[in-house]
Amino acid sequence: MSAPAHLLEVRGLSVHYPGRAPWFWQTAEPKKAVDNISFVVPKGKTVGLVGESGSGKTTTGRAIVKLAPMTAGNILYHGVDIGTLSNAEFLPWRKKIQMIFQDPYNSLNPRADILSILSEPLEIHFPQMTASDREARCAELLRSVQLPAEHLRRNPHEFSGGQRQRIGIARALAVQPELIICDEPVSALDVSVQAEVVNLLQDLQEQLGLTYLFIAHDLAVVEHVSDQILVMSKGRIVEQGTPAEILGNPREAYTKTLLAAVPRF
Amino acid sequence: MSAEPLLKVQDLSITFHAGDRANVVAQDVSFSIAAGEVLAVVGESGSGKSVSALALTRLLPPAPTCTVTGSVTLDGVNLLGLPEDQLAKIRGGSIAYIFQEPGSSLNPVYTIGFQVGEAITLHRPEVTDVKAEIIRALQEVHINEPERVANQYPHELSGGMQQRAMIAMALACNPRLLVADEPTTALDVTIQKEIMDLLARLRRNRGMSILLITHNFGIVANFADHVQVMWKGRIVEHGPVNEIMKNQAHPYTRALIACIPRLGQRRRRLTTLTDELKVSP
Repeated sequence: MSAPAHLLEVRGLSVHYPGRAPWFWQTAEPKKAVDNISFVVPKGKTVGLVGESGSGKTTTGRAIVKLAPMTAGNILYHGVDIGTLSNAEFLPWRKKIQMIFQDPYNSLNPRADILSILSEPLEIHFPQMTASDREARCAELLRSVQLPAEHLRRNPHEFSGGQRQRIGIARALAVQPELIICDEPVSALDVSVQAEVVNLLQDLQEQLGLTYLFIAHDLAVVEHVSDQILVMSKGRIVEQGTPAEILGNPREAYTKTLLAAVPRF
Repeated sequence: MSAEPLLKVQDLSITFHAGDRANVVAQDVSFSIAAGEVLAVVGESGSGKSVSALALTRLLPPAPTCTVTGSVTLDGVNLLGLPEDQLAKIRGGSIAYIFQEPGSSLNPVYTIGFQVGEAITLHRPEVTDVKAEIIRALQEVHINEPERVANQYPHELSGGMQQRAMIAMALACNPRLLVADEPTTALDVTIQKEIMDLLARLRRNRGMSILLITHNFGIVANFADHVQVMWKGRIVEHGPVNEIMKNQAHPYTRALIACIPRLGQRRRRLTTLTDELKVSP
């Protein structure tokens, strides 16, 4: 298959951090947060990435958007290697790839109102927009995540966790991305709010043709949203397949442990 | 099991006052917990489940800001009428708490051993070898190398280990009732299972009662004996877990159970509370 058939292709990605040597004459063993992983994300699909804390799933997501330093490997986006670009060269690509973070309380600036939070990516990526255009776009963004446009002048502390996560989603959507890396988007939310946010993400995918890399530790949620699941443990992808394959016939002991941890009733 | 329950809560109402506004966060909450029983309180954020648990030992702001009425009886003693110094002995003594975020409940500038030891010296002055008792407490919650962990600071431990240390601290004074307020919400599913298995084992070994506060029915189904569902400050449903899981009388309970994604039951959309809940209280 030719490379551009996939929106994103990761080949041999490694993120190693320098370790600490016990004594100065010894060489330090590097800490392998992500170790030689490869996977593809097809356009318009959702790929789920599951694993425990410390398995390297968040680092993988962050390395794709240059928020974590890559040690080796290639990140092909539309067939172009974006992994080796400098930060300045990467800027136009960052518009295509956005991120939603886990903690809606820490990922919004508490001193800024919603208008300036949503305007900031527009100012950077669409400098030709006028202030009134931006405000109109922000109001539209809020409506697309099912919040009233009047909330633009409010500050983050006036919103609940679920509403804040919607604002985080609106901010990611502001620059019309193709790929959104969702890093544990619902882990910090109540089960009832979690269902609303998951449904919203799925509706937006349908309306806007978005592609998701969905990172989470809860296999039940990942199974629900994903077309393809990657299971990560200790920096490596230990198993991958469709949700039916992973659930029906898990081969790895680690996948079985993850499955057993989901409460059943 | 004696006929008289360990803890009996009757007509507990909690009101917060701000200026001339009064906000009733819990109204006429009544329940009881027998010795060795696990009672789960389920509800969304803001349903009043955590404040009700805090009110048991008056861990809420004092009178003008927050008023608590009703009665909380532990072994025949009404806790709400007790003077502050006697209540301080109950808190962490007969009734111990563990909270959602172990990272922010532990004191960052003291070692784990110091913090566990503090609970022991305060509530069990008869213990002479405090150090041995700290190690024993850490072993009981399955911390490997307790001697090393006792000398570590909270930031050196993972979330799961921090929660174990919190549990060790709570159990160090042999409480009769453990209030676990969303003990695993901030943790991974695999760690969640380990912590819940640990709590189940400790409860069996010690015959301790647990008041488990959660929003997740998945945990309730596997762990609790009785469950009560809170909605907008009131208890809307109460009963044995097996019965409620099979048969829900209140639409809110049904909605809370329906919105959890389940393994192997892929649906087009998840059910949300607004889909399911088309009645007013």
